[in-house]
Amino acid sequence: MGVSAIRDYGDRALLLECSSTNEVLACAAALRAADIAGVTDIVPGARTVLVTLTDAGQQAQARMLVAKFEITSPANPVRPIDADVLIDVVYDGADLADVAALVGMDTGDVVAAHTGTLWRVGFGGFAPGFAYLVDGDRRLSVPRRDEPRTRVPAGSVALAGEFSGVYPRESPGGWRLIGRTETVLWDIDRPQPALLTPGMWVRFRAVDPP
Amino acid sequence: MTSLEVLGTGPLALVEDLGRPGLAHIGVTRSGAADRHSHRLANRLLANDGDRATIEITLGGFSARIVGGGIDIAVTGADAQPAIDGIPFGTNSVAHIRVGQVISLGTPRFGLRSYLGVRGGIAVDPILGSRSYDMLSRIGPPPLRPGDRLVVGDPADRFPELEQAPIAAITGGLVELQVMPGPRDDWFADPDALVHTAWVASERSDRVGIRLAGQALEHRWPGRQLPSEGTIRGAIQVPPDGRPVILGADHPVTGGYPVIGVVVDTDTDALAQVRPGQSIRLRWSRPRIATAAAVDWIQGRN
Repeated sequence: MGVSAIRDYGDRALLLECSSTNEVLACAAALRAADIAGVTDIVPGARTVLVTLTDAGQQAQARMLVAKFEITSPANPVRPIDADVLIDVVYDGADLADVAALVGMDTGDVVAAHTGTLWRVGFGGFAPGFAYLVDGDRRLSVPRRDEPRTRVPAGSVALAGEFSGVYPRESPGGWRLIGRTETVLWDIDRPQPALLTPGMWVRFRAVDPP
Repeated sequence: MTSLEVLGTGPLALVEDLGRPGLAHIGVTRSGAADRHSHRLANRLLANDGDRATIEITLGGFSARIVGGGIDIAVTGADAQPAIDGIPFGTNSVAHIRVGQVISLGTPRFGLRSYLGVRGGIAVDPILGSRSYDMLSRIGPPPLRPGDRLVVGDPADRFPELEQAPIAAITGGLVELQVMPGPRDDWFADPDALVHTAWVASERSDRVGIRLAGQALEHRWPGRQLPSEGTIRGAIQVPPDGRPVILGADHPVTGGYPVIGVVVDTDTDALAQVRPGQSIRLRWSRPRIATAAAVDWIQGRN
């Protein structure tokens, strides 16, 4: 598999470098399935997997265990036909027209592009339950807003860089808002609080306002 | 049922345990006591299991009345002259407090965080498996307020053996921290500037991160964007302005700024006691190895 380097990250974590999101996700899934003793967290990033260890000074041993997975887990770049999660979106975001202008499409084409391909949950961060969605329609790449908003409502569907994402709760934010969803991304009282976890495939579907 | 009735909180009083491991991939950071060493010591003094929650008190000023039944308590970390009904009993020691009596903390001369442990632990309801408050995500029992009533948990079968723990006092002087180089030290023009600079902990420091003031570090490739990667407490992130931020217990789970080095795990507890204005010296914990990318750059191939 495509782990090109394993670096020490302090004295109780290893950083595995991969060359693509697929490799990151395959590696993270394989490590999680292996349930290695002494591993606390397996954190996918855009091109890395961070493996944190229960105790300091266990890196040499962990490095050997992790290195084995380079051989045994295949990368799986196959794009499925069905999504794991369907998210209904009302595409009336405040930045939809700006996004259309930035990418040189009309707003209908932006919606068609956003709903037309599956997105994949690459990694988390920013807030509990937030998912950086990757591998969508490349034409939708837009810079962040120059002026971040101080308040972005929960359920806002947004774009920034190569990513799409849904704000799990109200927060400040600099992403460009293209729509909104009623789907609850994060609910601490659910057995699985996060709707989206790394590796899942997501499809957005345009719906009329309720 | 034995409880603590909170009378005063000082600047910030939080319930903390050892946090929420294993949830970083869904965006939940570990959190937990900032100074785990002092937190653990409080539990050990009281013969509590290691996962029991204590109260993390920032810059003293906390007070509470005991209701329902007497209990053993201990205060560790920054010495805030803990007292029962005004009579000091000493940091890092076990004291018995009776019903109706008040435990109070003054303001520590040195250090930042004191830990009030009770035998049986603070038994607020856990959220996602922990009683810690995470300031960044606002998960867990919210910051304490006067009038809060904190139930004390059932004690373990063991009894406290030590009455007092001899440990080195926290001072207000220079704090030296060991740092493992990398993983992104090659993103800096002179990575060793990190260990040659006299840093000062800035006012803008909290459980999420400690900002360092001092001569800004120079990025080797200004404007180059690092793809987001996972982070841990102790990671020294350097934003575009060149002023390092050492991530604390409530750090974001991923970050897009290059990490020049990572404070070794045990030293992150000492870091949690550093006050704004205090001097920090960073030392490489092992020799820094120039990576291939750095060699390319030095030889003008990049």
